[in-house]
Amino acid sequence: MAEIIALAGENLISPIILSFALGLAAALARSDLTIPEAVAKGMSIYLLFAIGFKGGVAVSAHGIDQTLILSLLAGLILSFALPLIAFALLRIMTGLSHVDAAAVAAHYGSISIVTFVAGTSVLQGRLIDAEGYMVAVAAVMEAPAILSALWLVARSGGGSKMTPGLIRELMLNGSIVLLVGSFFIGAVTGEEGLADISAFIVSPFQGVLCLFLLDMGLIAGRGLRQSKGVLGIGAVGFAIVMPMVSATIGLGVGLLIGLSLGGIVLLMVLSASASYIAVPAAMRVALPEANPSIYLTLSLGVTFPFNLTLGIPLYLAIAQSVTGG
Amino acid sequence: METHIAKRVEIVIEAPLERRLTEALTSAGVTGFTILPVLGGSGRSGKWSREGQVGRSGMVAVVCLIRPERLDGLLEAAFTVVEKHIGVVSITDAHVLRAERF
Repeated sequence: MAEIIALAGENLISPIILSFALGLAAALARSDLTIPEAVAKGMSIYLLFAIGFKGGVAVSAHGIDQTLILSLLAGLILSFALPLIAFALLRIMTGLSHVDAAAVAAHYGSISIVTFVAGTSVLQGRLIDAEGYMVAVAAVMEAPAILSALWLVARSGGGSKMTPGLIRELMLNGSIVLLVGSFFIGAVTGEEGLADISAFIVSPFQGVLCLFLLDMGLIAGRGLRQSKGVLGIGAVGFAIVMPMVSATIGLGVGLLIGLSLGGIVLLMVLSASASYIAVPAAMRVALPEANPSIYLTLSLGVTFPFNLTLGIPLYLAIAQSVTGG
Repeated sequence: METHIAKRVEIVIEAPLERRLTEALTSAGVTGFTILPVLGGSGRSGKWSREGQVGRSGMVAVVCLIRPERLDGLLEAAFTVVEKHIGVVSITDAHVLRAERF
């Protein structure tokens, strides 16, 4: 326990967490601090490219093995299954309607790539290696949860639309294209390619991540400010309990398929994170009856800060104690 | 200067629906429209702003200027997309200088 607290404390004074805290505090204090939309978009493109590329380079250096296939399969199954657990928890813990609960559940089966990047950054800070292909697992886990949520709604007789157009949009979602594309570029060009552009994608990475998290803090803070009265205590409780349940499942799956300590932590982080980019857009198209302020506030305003500050060090400490790493 | 009667249709809709709406309009034969970013506003769900939006969220305004006889076709096409979603559809009388362009 003392180790977990020490890890969490260490994590809390890292530049990326303090940047997030600054954004959160500024938004809650109603500061006029803003990051221009185009700059935020540019930073997210940079981060996705860098993380995908570095993942591809790691795969080219270590090669492809059976665990890669198992990890991708595990990611796919987790993304389909986690919304069902989230939905059951939501029905027990909150008074949300069937449609709202299904929409929230979809967010908790999908992933947050920024949380994944923060997890990677924590592992790097502690010199813990992880399987490079976890980036591909992240990409695989983006969309299946949406299908589970729509199935939950359809099962109760509600109307939901999973049209070919929506499936195409999900699969060609900008973040998936960039992540998978840069992963392949990294895998093809390998260490040599990384050496060519390392001054651009390695050295500035942490600094850009700090600025990006400053913006995420601003977004989360504004979301929290605007959501007064929207969420009950049960819903907020769910947004903290669910990541811990998902991380525990991720831990079990990671152990089962034989991932390294770093890989297990990243699978826990992916399972515990909740989407706030791809899934909200899909929900607005497929489940317009669901209230966006509920699912956005829970995933971005509660689960994201929880994972960033306490969740990641907690998952790392648990994985370390289980694996003896 | 001579002007011609036209209808100005403004559809404020959620950004993820933008492509579906413009495709529906194009299928209905409406080839001219302008898409404007919406910075923020206030409605039944309270105040909102584009500030701090992540991903493809927020609202956009699609503005069309058409001949009055083509209005019903446009509205039918647009309504199939906007029916269940947050947004506003408004129609105003307008005057245009070059009727052949609409």
